[in-house]
Amino acid sequence: MIPYANVAQLRSGLDNGEFSAEELAYFYLSRIEAATDLNCFITVDQEGVIAAAKNADKAIAKKNVGPLTGIPIAHKDLFCTKGLLTSCASHMLNNFIAPYDATVVDRLRKAGAVTLGKTNMDEFAMGSSNETSFYGAVKNPWDRTRVPGGSSGGSAAAVAAGLAAACTGSDTGGSIRQPASFCGVTGLKPTYGRVSRYGMIAFASSLDQGGPLASTASDAGTILNAIEGYDPNDSTSAIAEATDCHSVSPALKIGIPSQYWNDLSSSLTKVLEEARLTLESLGHQFVPVELPHTNAATAAYYVIAGAEASTNLSRYDGVRYGHRAASAESLENLYQVSRSEGFGSEVKRRILTGTYALSVGYYEAYYLKAQQIRRLIRQDFLDAFLEADVILTPVAPSTAFKRNELIEDPIVMYQQDIYTTPASLAGLPALSLPCGFSGQMPVGMQLIGPHFGEASLLNLGREYQNETDWHVRHPESGDD
Amino acid sequence: MDQQTIDKLLLLSQLSLLPEDREKLLGDLSSIVELIDFMQSIDTDGVEPLSHPLEVTQRLRADEPETCLDQEQYQAIAPQTRDGLYLVPRVVE
Amino acid sequence: MTEWEPVIGLEVHVQLATRSKIFSRAATTFGKYPNSNANGVDIALPGVLPVLNEEAVRMAIKFGLAIDAEIAPSCRFDRKNYFYPDLPKGYQISQLDQPIVGQGILPIFLGDGSIREIGITRAHLEEDAGKSIHTEYEGLTGIDLNRAGTPLLEIVSEPELHSASEASACFRELHSLVMALEICDGNMNEGSMRCDANISVRPKGSEILGQRTEIKNVNSFRFVEKALRYEIERQIAVLESGGDVILETRLYDSERNETRSMRSKESSDDYRYFPDPDLLPVDISDDLIESVRATVPELPAEKRNRYIVELGLTDYEANRLIEDPKVSRYFDEVAQSNVDAKLAANWILGEVSAALKRDEIGFAQVPVAPGELGRLIQRIEDETISGKIAKSVFESLWNENGSVDGIIESQGLRQLSDTGELENVVSQIVDDFPDQVRQFRDGKEKILGFFVGHVMKATAGKANPKQVNEILQRKLRV
Repeated sequence: MIPYANVAQLRSGLDNGEFSAEELAYFYLSRIEAATDLNCFITVDQEGVIAAAKNADKAIAKKNVGPLTGIPIAHKDLFCTKGLLTSCASHMLNNFIAPYDATVVDRLRKAGAVTLGKTNMDEFAMGSSNETSFYGAVKNPWDRTRVPGGSSGGSAAAVAAGLAAACTGSDTGGSIRQPASFCGVTGLKPTYGRVSRYGMIAFASSLDQGGPLASTASDAGTILNAIEGYDPNDSTSAIAEATDCHSVSPALKIGIPSQYWNDLSSSLTKVLEEARLTLESLGHQFVPVELPHTNAATAAYYVIAGAEASTNLSRYDGVRYGHRAASAESLENLYQVSRSEGFGSEVKRRILTGTYALSVGYYEAYYLKAQQIRRLIRQDFLDAFLEADVILTPVAPSTAFKRNELIEDPIVMYQQDIYTTPASLAGLPALSLPCGFSGQMPVGMQLIGPHFGEASLLNLGREYQNETDWHVRHPESGDD
Repeated sequence: MDQQTIDKLLLLSQLSLLPEDREKLLGDLSSIVELIDFMQSIDTDGVEPLSHPLEVTQRLRADEPETCLDQEQYQAIAPQTRDGLYLVPRVVE
Repeated sequence: MTEWEPVIGLEVHVQLATRSKIFSRAATTFGKYPNSNANGVDIALPGVLPVLNEEAVRMAIKFGLAIDAEIAPSCRFDRKNYFYPDLPKGYQISQLDQPIVGQGILPIFLGDGSIREIGITRAHLEEDAGKSIHTEYEGLTGIDLNRAGTPLLEIVSEPELHSASEASACFRELHSLVMALEICDGNMNEGSMRCDANISVRPKGSEILGQRTEIKNVNSFRFVEKALRYEIERQIAVLESGGDVILETRLYDSERNETRSMRSKESSDDYRYFPDPDLLPVDISDDLIESVRATVPELPAEKRNRYIVELGLTDYEANRLIEDPKVSRYFDEVAQSNVDAKLAANWILGEVSAALKRDEIGFAQVPVAPGELGRLIQRIEDETISGKIAKSVFESLWNENGSVDGIIESQGLRQLSDTGELENVVSQIVDDFPDQVRQFRDGKEKILGFFVGHVMKATAGKANPKQVNEILQRKLRV
């Protein structure tokens, strides 16, 4: 069995009987075991994997296979998995055995995928470096002194290190796209409402969106097809046609927004310029577009995400589940001690920021203002999409930075999201694709599409990956 | 952002703080407020606030009850229960 | 000595009679084992999401139509944030500035028979909280979330009520209204309807409102009246002794019959309302409104008016009948066998209610079909039986049912109206008591009753009293 095989390759291997799903599962378990220093996983479901793999083999024997039957995947640890620890990388949920499956988990299981376990992340998905996890930082497989990005850092690093064929992640302000870029994998943040949020532990309800991290755009599409679609348990999930992500991309008009390139390092600019030339050589045309309110996105994002998070996290009170203060003599004491012990400092900062933005006297100046800016940003994109079919931007202002480099300064950390938050606020789909290296660290490009335009992003991405080999470069690791 | 505001925010969000963390927090929150205050430079006169990226409306659910079968599981993950009740320190009204 | 005028506004919480909760699929039935009717949404598990129950929306619209209010074409749900153990999410889903039901009008019926129209400011949907139960366990409080998520319609009246009795009349009116609309079971003991009252007093004639207090959770018509009486007196006393009423929430203690200041249960009064991002705006189409309109029945006020004006019932009878739609429905059906409405009302409020009390059953279980009661009353009217006999027929109907006419025949209860036969009976009795005949003829006419009694005895009560009288008169006077 070759490491780093993508879903499509594993599919044919399983179908042609080159290896069984069970053998495949053991292969991945051993790779996970060998790479524990990366700290990608919070939970590995030893028994569950094998049982699921055996079932997959039965199905394969009966020729009753779907695209994901027997494919080993892992879930970001904010997707509820029945009977399995679902911690959100927080001390608060350190003991939370989810009593139900998230819709995403349920759909992938029904599609025959084999769940290896739960991947590490920033606590409650609040972070851009995976350093806020209660279970410790995740290391970037390309350079173990660097961060994998966040908040879906464990998922991105796991795919990059070949510890899972693909992973689920969640993206609120860039949490799929930025780690994908930092780890050199493909990550898709779907249109808001494309994928059900039921069972995906909430950070910011009007922004959160689950999606795949995989080694190719084609694999990302395969995962998306399994998890997308309306869910009666999520009022905000949309009724939309399934994504046709396996057809040929027509020649596209690709928009380049000037606002995204100002403060980008020359080396990143160079990498993205090459990506642009490649796309041009494939017959796509570039047009300038304007997204004038881009510079206000980070501020609006931190207000809205903070406000929603501050009340989404009120349920963690030590009464019905989760961490509870050892000895609480009064109710207030129970709340305050449980919550203060249970939440890390970044989570507290976000709760307090959000509470501030919603409190009497500040609501108009912050929360409402942010929502007005949200509309302006959305309108910018709607206008831009009159000129362009998709929009090309950088994913992050830099490649993966060193651990402990930014963690002490929330503001600098927040600035990591400047290129990803606008699409989040507008609810647009965005794809992060490996498009080169700066030094020995991978660089990603972001393709943003109109609402429910995932197909054009994924088909364009596949076409680009047929032309390039950035996505098949792999970090050296102990065993290969 | 000042100590009083922080105390109010802590109370509203039921969080407490170690004295030694206060200064750092005050500094962090002040710079965050600085960051989000950038919004004030944007002209939003007459702009309708947008609370959802897709402007769609609520789909309603038919009124069909389902019996809950998971109570035991729910109670199993609860810190302190008795006779089906979740227990908390005495609430005085 | 100033004359004071109370100014009262009500906030009435009505538990809507949906089968499942407002945002979760758990059943709304109560009295179950603690937390057995609380699903993942109700206990606020991580990752769960609210999904709005259409029936709750329809019921709110139904109420809106009944008070002739504007139904919002689009409404929104907001989060009201505060920490309390019976509030599992740490926020209550409610409606702040886009309520589903706008301004409306509620005609209330006052003791003196007059009718006043009270303005309804708004009515909005929200979720009920769970219950805190003081347990025996080491001074801990137990939390039962079975009630959490039950749909509530909060109805807010204008401050247009000017006495305790007006306030309780308004509460009463709302009670019969939501019962008639069948959007609430109206069970006060189980807290299906709860009333908060905002009350202030001001010198009569003054335009300025005085400082108000809020009285929480007074859950019976009687208590609303008593609590407000007490609070009005208290506020007047405070003001007349030169003090100030302070804005506060007070709790009514029915045992001591007094209101007491209650410290706010939330840690702060800054609720940080904002639109719930888990719920989208609700569009209310004209089609939906019209389909609900079709289900709105005759309203209590209309019914009361019809009973009093068209059927000539007394205020008391009319009010008794409309208290419970089951009763008025039964009455309407009895009245359909076009019998005298008054007689029908008397039977329902008299015999029927008495029998129900005796057998301790509700109106839903009345064993006598309204048609049969109608027939029974017809038989009284057409003099087939006397009112007295009718009572025994009713007893048989109640116990072994069967038909009125069947019972009359089988038990031979038909009145003796055959003059010939009666003539003989009467002559016989007149002959038997010559002394009494003499007394009668000497002018002691009261003794007539004596003869009537004997005739009835001789005919086992079946004789038609009217005829007996005529014949006696005739025979005794000669």
